[in-house]
Order: sequence, then C-alpha cells, then structure tokens
Amino acid sequence: MTTTTGPRPAKRKPRALSLASPQRRMSAILANSALVVVGVSFLLPLVWLVLAAFDPNATYQTQIPQTVTLDNFAAVLTPELTFIPMLNSLIISVGTATVTIVAALLAAYPLSRYQSRFNKPFMYTVLFGTSLPITAIMVPVYLLFVQMNLLDSVPGTILFMAASALPIAIFMTKNFMDSVPISLEEAAWMDGASAMRALGSIVVPLMRPGIAVVAIFVFFQAWGNFFVPFILLLSPSKQPAAISIYTFFGQYGSIAYGELAAFSLIYAVPVMVLYVVVSRGIGGSFALAGAVKG
Amino acid sequence: MTAEVISTAQGAQSERRPGPQRSGRRSALKKISRFVRMIPLVPAIIIMVVFLAGPIIWSFYGSLTNAALSGANAANSSFIGFDNYVKLFNDPVFPQSLWITIVFTLASAVISQNVLGLGIALVVTRANKKLATIVSSTVVGAWILPEIVAAFVCYAYFSQDGTLNQILALVGLTGPNWLYTFPLLAVILANLWRGTAFSLLVYQAALNDVPPEISEAAMIDGAGGAKRLFFVTVPMIKNTITTNLMLITLQTLSVFTLIYVMTSGGPGNDSTTLPILAYKEAFRFGNIGYGTAIATILLVIGAIFSIIYIRAARPSKD
Repeated sequence: MTTTTGPRPAKRKPRALSLASPQRRMSAILANSALVVVGVSFLLPLVWLVLAAFDPNATYQTQIPQTVTLDNFAAVLTPELTFIPMLNSLIISVGTATVTIVAALLAAYPLSRYQSRFNKPFMYTVLFGTSLPITAIMVPVYLLFVQMNLLDSVPGTILFMAASALPIAIFMTKNFMDSVPISLEEAAWMDGASAMRALGSIVVPLMRPGIAVVAIFVFFQAWGNFFVPFILLLSPSKQPAAISIYTFFGQYGSIAYGELAAFSLIYAVPVMVLYVVVSRGIGGSFALAGAVKG
Repeated sequence: MTAEVISTAQGAQSERRPGPQRSGRRSALKKISRFVRMIPLVPAIIIMVVFLAGPIIWSFYGSLTNAALSGANAANSSFIGFDNYVKLFNDPVFPQSLWITIVFTLASAVISQNVLGLGIALVVTRANKKLATIVSSTVVGAWILPEIVAAFVCYAYFSQDGTLNQILALVGLTGPNWLYTFPLLAVILANLWRGTAFSLLVYQAALNDVPPEISEAAMIDGAGGAKRLFFVTVPMIKNTITTNLMLITLQTLSVFTLIYVMTSGGPGNDSTTLPILAYKEAFRFGNIGYGTAIATILLVIGAIFSIIYIRAARPSKD
C-alpha cells in the first residue's frame, strides 16, 4: 500500500533485490524442493502409462522397456476396439457440444440483453443446476429413457448430456455475452435487424473465443464421460471409447497391460492435445477455471 | 461474478418498470413483445425440463414406490410411502456408505485437494519459473486425463504388483494390496491425484488478483510468512475458498467411475460411496425404488451444498 503509485518496473526492482537475501533464497530452495516432491508424486502414475504402452512385456510396475515397440498400439487399432468406439465418442461429444452451444446461445441472448423479472430466478435455477450431482439422477434417467423408448439411442444420450451441460454452458455463455457491448446491436436494431439476426451476425462473431471455450469445455466433459453412456447405451456398436476400454479391461486388463495402456493413450491424447492448444490460444485453463470460479 | 450481474440486472429492472400512467393497449402490446423476446429460451428450457427436472422430480416420486428392474414390480409398481427410507435407515449398509461418502469427500476434497491446491498455488510464486510450469502442467495433466483412464492408471499404481509397492520395495518395505487392504485410502489418494488441479487453477486465478502491495506492506510492518498467509492472503481470497470448497465437495460427492473401476465399492462395501450404492442397488440387484431413494438422499445433500454455494457466491451487500 505504501507504493501504490509509480510505474510497475520501478516496483519490481526492490523485490528482485530482496530475493537475494538469505531468507528469500532459503524460501526459494524450500519452495523448489516442495514442488519437486509434488511434481514427482503426480508424475509417477503417468510415467507408467507412457512406458507400459511402448513395452512389449509391460506389467503394473513402472519399468524402462527393454525394447521399444508399437505392437501394443497395432494390437488395439482394430475397428471393433478403437475405430468405431472413437468415432462414437466423436459423434457423441460433437453432438453434445453442438446442441449445448446452440441452446445456450439462444437462451443467453434474452438473459443478457433484456431486463425481465424472469431473469433473476432463472439464473439462480441455472446456477443451482450447475452444481447438482448428475451421478445421483442416473437411476431415474434410466427409467425415463425406458419410458420414452430412448434406451440405447445415441440422439437420446446426446440430449441428456446436453441437458446436464446446459446450466454451466448458459451461465458461461451469458457471462461472455455480457462483455460484448450492446451499442453495436442497437445500431443494427435501428436498421431494422431482428434480435436473432443481431445475435447471428453481430454478437456471435464478437464472442467467438468465448463460444470456443464453452464448446471445448462441453466437448471435454462429454469425451471423458463414462457413467452416462455406460447406463444409457447398451449395444457395443454405439458405445464410445470410454466403454470399450472398460470392456477391454474387464476381459484382458489383467493380462494385456501394455495394450490397455496403449488404448488409454490413444483415447486420452486427442483431448490432451486439444487442451494444450486451447490453453495456449485463449488462456484456456484460466478461462475454464475462471468461468466456474463465480 | 453472477451475483453481480444479477444484482445490477435487478437495479436496472426497477428503473425501467413502466409507470402506471401508461395506457392499457400499449402495456398489453409491451407484454406480448416481452413474451416474444423470451422465446429463444424455449429450446434450453425444454431440454432441461425433460432431461433434468423430470428425472429429479421422478426421483422423489420413484423413491416412494417399489419399482423393480424385473419381476412383477417392474410392470406395475405401487406406491409404498416411505418404506424405502425406513428400510434404508435400518439397513446397516446405508449408514456405513453414508459415512464412507463423508470420509471420502472430507479427506480427498475438502482437506487434500483444497490445501494442496492452495499450497501449490502459493509455492509456485516463489519457486523457479520453469520448475513451477512443469509441476503445474503435471498436476493439470492428471486432471485432463479422461476419468476412465485416470481410474486405470490409479488401479495399476495401487495394485499388489504396482508402482507404489515397487517404490516401497526400494526402501525395503513390502506393501499390501492397497485396493483390498486399504480401499478407501487408495480411492482417496486417487481422487486427490486427479482432482487437485481444479483447486490449483482456481487459486492461481484468485492469487493473481491479489495485489502484491498489500502483502509487501505487511512484510514491511514485520509480519512473517505464516502471518502474512493467514492474516493477509487467506482473508483476501476468502470468497474464492468458500466457492472452491463447495464446488469440489459437489464434484467429489458424485465421483463414480474412479471408485467403480478401482474397487467397485469393495471389498464388501468398504469403499461403497452413495453413488456406487445407488448404482448397485438399482442395476445390480434390480431394486429401482430402493436405489432411487439413495439417489434422492444424494440429491438432497447436493442441493444443500448448492444452496450454500449460491449464497456464498453472492456479495454480502445483496
């Protein structure tokens, strides 16, 4: 508080100097060693995954492979095990993200642009919905799907996954839309554009990064979701990779460690790459955490 | 963030409310146009009502019936009042499962993820930049892994001939089969490994917003590291801590895949949290009504935390 004025570089200097003091250096050493311990503990399980995938004689132990092989990958890259389930994962995730984004954009527009008595209770309900444990409603959802004849239906599963993603998506989309200035649309309204036209031609292009964040967030959750398709999709030809991995593990997991690891990598790498690309591009990790920060 | 938006929206609304002197026809037109412009909300509302609100309401009703997956009660279930709940509280498995859920949530989320996440977020500001980036990425890496893969990785790590026992063997210890001997500890550690990144990201964002001058001023006044942490930094991010605690509690309450793959709730019911119990009762034993009653209790617990979270997210002036 003593140095609230003045340019930033000037303030940085004394801090950098004080870093050289013995107390500071000590705390830096402590901090570094604490981080190394945490880093190694978090890294170890992941190291197994990577090493086992390339090891022809993989076990549950972490070991450097005697020979590096791609056989594990070759063994699981079959249509039934990988290609069809991965395609199903893609269809479900893209479908869920598309339905969610379209519905969330439409819903966010009146919530962001018009004042209404309805907005406040609606936003509170949405906020409430963001934090409901979805796992808890899977039993009644199963019964609903039986009643509606939607069991084992991919579109039905997509609709349910969209419904469970919608509260957080509406919440994030509205926040992003609130930061788009309304003045441009007012000009468009003056020129006779309808609200939907203004949304499509002005607001959506301006909030493209925000839409990307929400879409990827939803895609991510849908891609990694195991429990929902596990309950709602029954035939193997419709099941996503999360289920086929589980089935494979149940049948061969205790023998084919390397193949299981390879399979897991094939399934995990696309979303991890996506995450890195996004967090580089839009500051994804911050945007994702920040958007749910409240 | 929301709460601010909501409260400003409310303020603007009261200003714009039309006065009583407006003519009847104009206000009728206005009502229609107000209704029309809310139409874009309809698709989202329909999806959420059918697929979210419907099952929730059904959950309350279904828990009062003797619905079953197969047999006579599958076709026509009948209303049995609170029998499922009475049965639930007399069943020794339910209190045990409730207790396991509480221990799992407290130990893995409220204590471990929260404290470790805040700790790492604080430490990285002091450590070597490169090292900090590598460690944060590793922690986040465990988080962005699909849940099923994370579950396999943890299964491999904690199993009898897994990596953890391999490390213990290096120092001359023979480790147990963690998944059988200490199943709850294994899933708690697994959830800690997988979930810490969320708290880390939230706290990193929050600490970025804390101006360094305040901590510096306290330092000049002679406050030591621990004092600065507890009397300056923590009070400044108090709201974030509450929000984070509620969110990770809710996330942890609904963890299913991790536990199901690692131990499937066993051995016996030693790691059966409420979601696993509801799944087992409903789908493995076919007692839909009974399973729904468990799910309903989970929903109520979740709803209580949601309400606390919403209230905490609201600024005090509201």
